[in-house]
Formats: sequence, C-alpha cells, structure tokens
Amino acid sequence: MSVFIDNGTRLIIQGITGRDGSFHARQMMEYGTQVVGGVTPGKGGQRFDDTVPIFNTMAEAVRETGANTSVIYVPPPFAADAMLEAADSGVKLIVCITEGVPVLDMTLVYPFVREKGARLIGPNCPGLITPGQSKVGIIPGRICTPGNVGVVSRSGTLTYEIVYQLTRAGLGQSTCVGIGGDPINGTSFIDVLRAFEADPDTKAVALMGEIGGTDEQEAAEFVKEQMTKPVVGFIAGQTAPPGRRMGHAGAIISGSSGTAAEKIQSFKDAGMGVAQRPIDFVTLLQERM
Amino acid sequence: MNIHEYQAKEIFRAHGVPIPPGEVARTPEQAEEIAARYGKAVMVKAQVHAGGRGKAGGVKFCKTPAEAREKAAAILGMQIKGLTVEQVLVTEAADIASEAYVGIIVDRATKKPVFMVSAAGGIDIEEVAATTPEKILYVPVDVRYGLRSYQAMQMGFFLHEDVKRARAAARIMGQLYEAFMASGASLAEINPLVLTPEGELIAVDGKMVIDDNELDRRPEIEALRDDSSEEPSEVEARLANLTFIKLEGNVGCVVNGAGLAMATMDLVKYYGGEPANFLDIGGSSNPEKVVNALRIITSDPSVKAILFNIFGGITRTDDVANGIVTATKQNPLKVPIVIRLTGTNEEIAVKILEDNGFAAMTDMDAAVQKAVQLATTGGAR
Repeated sequence: MSVFIDNGTRLIIQGITGRDGSFHARQMMEYGTQVVGGVTPGKGGQRFDDTVPIFNTMAEAVRETGANTSVIYVPPPFAADAMLEAADSGVKLIVCITEGVPVLDMTLVYPFVREKGARLIGPNCPGLITPGQSKVGIIPGRICTPGNVGVVSRSGTLTYEIVYQLTRAGLGQSTCVGIGGDPINGTSFIDVLRAFEADPDTKAVALMGEIGGTDEQEAAEFVKEQMTKPVVGFIAGQTAPPGRRMGHAGAIISGSSGTAAEKIQSFKDAGMGVAQRPIDFVTLLQERM
Repeated sequence: MNIHEYQAKEIFRAHGVPIPPGEVARTPEQAEEIAARYGKAVMVKAQVHAGGRGKAGGVKFCKTPAEAREKAAAILGMQIKGLTVEQVLVTEAADIASEAYVGIIVDRATKKPVFMVSAAGGIDIEEVAATTPEKILYVPVDVRYGLRSYQAMQMGFFLHEDVKRARAAARIMGQLYEAFMASGASLAEINPLVLTPEGELIAVDGKMVIDDNELDRRPEIEALRDDSSEEPSEVEARLANLTFIKLEGNVGCVVNGAGLAMATMDLVKYYGGEPANFLDIGGSSNPEKVVNALRIITSDPSVKAILFNIFGGITRTDDVANGIVTATKQNPLKVPIVIRLTGTNEEIAVKILEDNGFAAMTDMDAAVQKAVQLATTGGAR
C-alpha cells in the first residue's frame, strides 16, 4: 500500500519531448514507472526513445492508453492549459512540476480540476514517489527506500535532504509527496495527511513546512483532531525577514502571520514532534515508531 | 514586484477609477510648478516601496505652491525604512466627509481573489481585521464568472446606505477588479476611498503588488520596475537569474532550492552563526550561475566565510564544482569556503574540487558548523 501512486499507476507525460520532460521521462522509466504515453502537440504518431507513443492531445492519449495519471513539464505560459486539458481528459491524478505559474491562472484551474473530480498536486512541486513501485516527477529515486514513513513537504531539495537522511538511518518511506511552494496549489498538507492516516503501510509521518500562509497551522489542527499516527514537523525559514519572498512564491511573512514561530507553536500544541534541524527527524521518528 | 503609488493610480485611472489629478516631481521646483498649475491645496507624497510613509513624515498637506516646494525639498532625499526618496507625487488634496478601505488579494484559503471592504478606511486594515473583524466584508470572486453586479452592489451597500452612492462604489469595485486582473496583481488596494462633502467618491491612495510570475507575459508592467528602490546586489542577482536577499550576518550561503536555502540559513543560526544572505541558484544550474553567485557574495565585505550547500537532483554537482573553480581562478577568494555537495555526479564533482585544491564535504550539519566556526575565527583555506 501507499498513497496516490503505486505499481498500478499508468502515466502520460505532458511535454515529453521538451528538455526537462524528456530527461525526467527516462528517469521515471528507469525507475520502473509505467509510462504509457506522452503528449506534444504536432508530434502525434511518433515514439519517444522508440518506445513510448506520443499523442497530439490528452483526450487521445487517455483513450488509446487507459492512463490514469498525468505529469506536466510544459513551460509556465502553457501550464494552466495543460492542467485544464488533463482534468478534461478524465485522468484522476495530475502532477504539475512547472515552476512559475501565475497565481491568477491557478484561481482558474483549481475549481475546474475539483469539479472534474481529479486530484492536482503542485504546481511548482517535485512530484511524488512510492519507493520500489512508481515515481511521478523529479524526486531522485536512489535516495529513497521502501518503508513506513510518509513524507509530505512544500519544498524540493529540502525534501531530498531529509529523505536522504532518513534512508541513511534505515527509515524507509511509504510515499513521499511534494505539494509545492506556491500560494495556490492543488493538494494541501491535510489532503496528504488524511491519505497517510488511511494507509496501512504508513506508520508515521514527516512533514516539512515553510514560512508563509497558514497551511501548517491547519495541518497541525488536523493532526490534533483526526490523526492517530505520530507526525513530526519542521519549518524552514526561521531566520527569514518579514515582507521578503524567500524564493518560493508562498514563502513570505506578511504582517504577523505565517511566521516560523507561530507554526512551530501550532505543532507543539498538536502534540507533534518538532525537528529543530533536518537530522532531528531521524531520532524523533524512531522514538515514535 | 512592488510598484509606486503613482503607477498604481495610473493603472486604476486607465480602468475608470476616479483619481484626483497628480504628477510626479523629482525636484522641489517641479513640485511648486505642479501645485501652481492646479491652483489649489495639494498633497506631496514620497514615492518609495515602503509602508508607513505618513508616519515617517513622507506625506504632507500643502496650502500654497511655495509650501509644496518647501515640503518637497524636505521629503526628497529623506530615508524611509532604508530607502531614499527620489520622487514625490504632487496631487490635488481632497475634502473628506468619510473614508473607506477597498482591497483585493489572492486568498490562499479560498483560492480566489477576495475583496475586503470596510467603512473604517484610512488606517491599517490588518489592525481592523485583528480588533474589529465584523467591520470588514469579505467577497470571494470566482474568476470564471468575474465580479458579478450583485457582489459589487453588496459591497456598495456595505459602505453606503444611499443607493446612488452604493452604485458609485459598486462601479469602482468593478473597475478595481478589472485593473487587478489585467495587471496580474496579487494585491490591489484603495485606502482610502474618500467620500467628499459634495458626495463624490475618489481614490486618494492606491497600491498594487504584481505577481512576479506574471512579468514575462506583461512587459508593460515589467517596464514599471524601479531598480533604484532595490538593494544593488539584489538587482544584479535578479539579472543573473538568481534569487538573492541580503541579510545582516557574515556567513555567505549558496544553495540550490528555496526550502533547502532557508533550512541552511536556519542551521547557520542554530550553530551560533548569522547568515549573510538567502541565495537560491535554482534547479538546473550551470557553471555560469555559480560564477555569478560567488561574485555577488564576495562583493559583500561583511561575508567572512562562504558556505555551499548543494543537493544534486536536477542540479548536477559537477556543474557547481566547475563554477567554483572558474570563479575562484578569475577572482581568488579572500575568505574561507566550505563546500558541501551530494547527489547527481557527486564523484566527478569531488574529483574536480580536489584536483583544484578544494575539500568537499558530504554532511550538511558538519559543513554548516565548519562555516560558522571559520566566519567567527577567520582562518585560511
């Protein structure tokens, strides 16, 4: 078991012939993900690396392959349309890796995807991986190992760092989900926590948050009210100055809200473990499992 | 991206929002000339990207052109939150019967643009939200339908009982929404929206923040950028496609990824040091980016040690190693450097570094501790 993806995931790659799309298509195929097709308008009928069929549209790709998931590597100006097209094609999981999607585009995409009954992860996220089964996105496969820790994070390389430290300490992962660092994203911490709570293979959860917004506080509330499994949290940006956007569009402290101190306090109030440093996840999780 | 009040007002005006006449002056004489032409009392307002201009003495009421010159002379060159005032807006002063607040933000919770309106205008809306939340009406807008008339009227009636005034206010809501959407804004604000004794509604102050991700497709908005109101090193970094924010400490940090960059800064602090900056070289780094990053960091005299923390995923660590070697050949380092890298092509990177006399580390905590210690004690490479 796992959450969102497993060896039944049948994946279409939107933007499979682009620079990032082609590189990561090969990485995912090497990892064992079932890549059943790609979409690049105008290249329909060709094959990617002589194996994967390319289609002009998502509708055609889904009809021909029975895909249930798509991953998006198209440039920011086209990302909103790619997400809408994926939702319209009937796939139930859409993962948007693209960084730099205008937030107003997301105000248009989000309600549409929801009404289609699909789950969107991202944008501006590293995707997800169920070690040993499937990876959708860009999380390096070799730093992960199968196990019982569910990982959910707003960041990319920070997630790799922590997963790498977990793996070195012998703590394998059920699924790692990067929800992305933008102000509006398709899947929240709570959505992933709910899935981990229901997943029999997940015994504990590692949650990596950042400054900005109130997602972490809401997640803490959820942990307190509805979770039986232990959760350990971390907040990046304790030294960030207010009013400055720290790289991620969502990572900005406005007024008194969204500070690291406020988020850490909400974790403590929820009875969660609080990692001061990335390495602290190891002992805090071991104590709780 | 922040834009100036006068720029926001020009956008609002282009969408029909009633704005009192105003022009920008860069000298006291220009301010006097503008005021003389208007022939009535004016406000002279500092144009800087900082809140609290009024409290800092950057906004003044002037009855005569001579007074406008005098006040402009005092405001021009003034420092507000570390920024030098280089221009002032000279605008006709309004008579005020009452003031309201109207703002739109992109709300993370509802995932929609949300209007916030309040009859308690002219003051800090965050304070109103904290102390008397019932005085604010929130109206989320589904962008697929746009702002509907009934929503605009609901806000109009929240501010004014009189139907004529409610309609006039509703019209301004619609115009502000158009300006917000057409500019790719993440915030648009009229504070205050003034009702004059004659019963006219006018926007006396305007503010807009643009989503940086919109700028590529809106060159006319990008053209409003004012480099002089940014830290010079941050401008240089932006032009080199790096995300850089200058801080007060002495450990210069070069990291890939925003989350890891923040976590690295936090770890510097944890081990007793102070980060000199936030610097994210991004995902698909090339050696050139590293060269630029090092140039920007080493030009800060307060940096006493440099820390690289690279987790190679998309980023190839050998690219980073090559960048370090190239940069330090061009400009030999005067401060010690600690390099931590792991991930994609790590073996190649370590060999490149060792062949050029650098040591590479793989453990993040050990690297941060070493950098903090070197920044504190100095010491040669």
